[in-house]
Amino acid sequence: MTTSLLTDAIDLVAVLLLGLGIKGLSKVRSARGANQLAAVAMALAVVGLLIDIQPGPLAWLWIAAGSAAGGLAGLVTARRVPMTAMPEVVALFNGCGGLASLLVAVGVALFDSAEADIVALVSIAISVFVGAITFTGSIVAMAKLQGWLDTPAWTQSSVRHAVNIAMAVLALVGAVLLPGDPAGLPLWLLVIGSSLLGVGVTLPIGGADMPVVISLLNSYSGVAAAAAGFVVGSQLLIVAGAMVGAAGLILTQVMCTAMNRSLVSVLFGGALGAAGASVGGGGSEAGYTRITSCSPEECAMALEQAERVVFVPGYGLAVAQAQHALRELSKLLENHGVEVSYAIHPVAGRMPGHMNVLLAEADVPYEQLLEMDTINPEFPRTDVVIVLGANDVVNPDAKSDPTSPLYGMPVLEVDQARQVFVVKRSLGAGYAGIANALFELPQTAMVFGDAKAVLNGLLSELRSMGVGKTKVAA
Amino acid sequence: MSALSQALWVLLLGSLLGLELIGKVPPTLHTPLMSGANAISGITVLASLTLIQKAGDNQALLLIGALSLGFALYNVVGGFLVTDRMLAMFRRKGDS
Repeated sequence: MTTSLLTDAIDLVAVLLLGLGIKGLSKVRSARGANQLAAVAMALAVVGLLIDIQPGPLAWLWIAAGSAAGGLAGLVTARRVPMTAMPEVVALFNGCGGLASLLVAVGVALFDSAEADIVALVSIAISVFVGAITFTGSIVAMAKLQGWLDTPAWTQSSVRHAVNIAMAVLALVGAVLLPGDPAGLPLWLLVIGSSLLGVGVTLPIGGADMPVVISLLNSYSGVAAAAAGFVVGSQLLIVAGAMVGAAGLILTQVMCTAMNRSLVSVLFGGALGAAGASVGGGGSEAGYTRITSCSPEECAMALEQAERVVFVPGYGLAVAQAQHALRELSKLLENHGVEVSYAIHPVAGRMPGHMNVLLAEADVPYEQLLEMDTINPEFPRTDVVIVLGANDVVNPDAKSDPTSPLYGMPVLEVDQARQVFVVKRSLGAGYAGIANALFELPQTAMVFGDAKAVLNGLLSELRSMGVGKTKVAA
Repeated sequence: MSALSQALWVLLLGSLLGLELIGKVPPTLHTPLMSGANAISGITVLASLTLIQKAGDNQALLLIGALSLGFALYNVVGGFLVTDRMLAMFRRKGDS
């Protein structure tokens, strides 16, 4: 490990900036600058390493090829991806990071392990194990979020534990035998066992819990990077990987708390609801007896009369890409003198914080997005609440019914408002597959339809009533 | 052996730092933070570069190194840009 003094200095600065970057990312005001700071730190680290290792012409050629391909693909993906697909893309990026660590470890094991000591070999085993799980787990998470993969029935039975344990044993056998024959069969046992384990662990997890899984896998990719740091002997890599690994773990914990789920139940409980005994198969509509439904016209009339309106956007809004229509509707109402705000549940959207991103994209002022603790006391003095494609996060059972699987989850107390309209495509169950008592309350009316279509219907109804005469600039 | 214990110290302190860095995160920032941290985990580019350097004229190892560099850089470049795109939208007023 001959490191030049200059590289040492650069590395220290890079670690400092990375730390400041992660810290700054947790505050709204500093987040954007912090992200750029982290990017600069990364560039510094790369430059520092290149100064230190002085690659030859052949190495430069391969570095240029790899950088050009990866960098360009990253640029294109980042530009093209719609905001609604953000969870999938983070999963995809994360999987590629894991794959990179996996490849490094496999490369060293295959071709550079002749005089590797036991520390290096253990590091290789860990790097392969964590890297492979991160890679396949992230890809499965992405495919499930994209709707390319369903949750196969067998993964909801206890068979999956047996399968996963078998895979873990396979990987473990590979890891234990690896030092004896680093480039042979044990390596492939380890690669295959860990890869399949990543698939087997992620596949049974339901869509609602996927953000937690992505966050956890993100933490793993930090661990994989730290392990790769041990393999190639880079302290900077170890620090940065450990930092991301630990920070990712904290973030995962924060997300679990917001959803009232324990990490253990997310990982081993299977899809929520499917595991619960009381739930009928596949989003059955039975169980609801006192549903009132109404047309967009009636809903528009209620809005026209209201003084204070709260929107509760959820997953359905994101799917219908209706955030711009929602913004237009709220502008119209504001021009009419209605006080409008948005109630954001910590896990609204498809990932915690995702809804804020989507609404910010539609130009909703940041001050109108109210978090759960702020908005809950306000519901009793709210005239109309419109729930757009949210379900479990407004379920009053979570507070009142100890037998509900949701019991204890913090929810938006929309049942306190004078009138509630729930815009929903059908009475199918939510992510969690649980009936929602809100729908049967006397003050609730269902407006069936796609969120975007309903919102546009409301817009034209309100306009024909003459609400917000002064045309709102688009 | 001192190199190992030094590396383990680095690992320990790095982990502790990571645990402390993020205390309270407003839910607004969960997604950008995850995406930003994800970009940082692409720091494994350093390992890829080292591997390419160590490969000498071993074509197979050069290829593996370049592949891994490509994937890691995809993670880094994509991750930072996507995070920036998300955070750019949180500005209060300004041109969209």
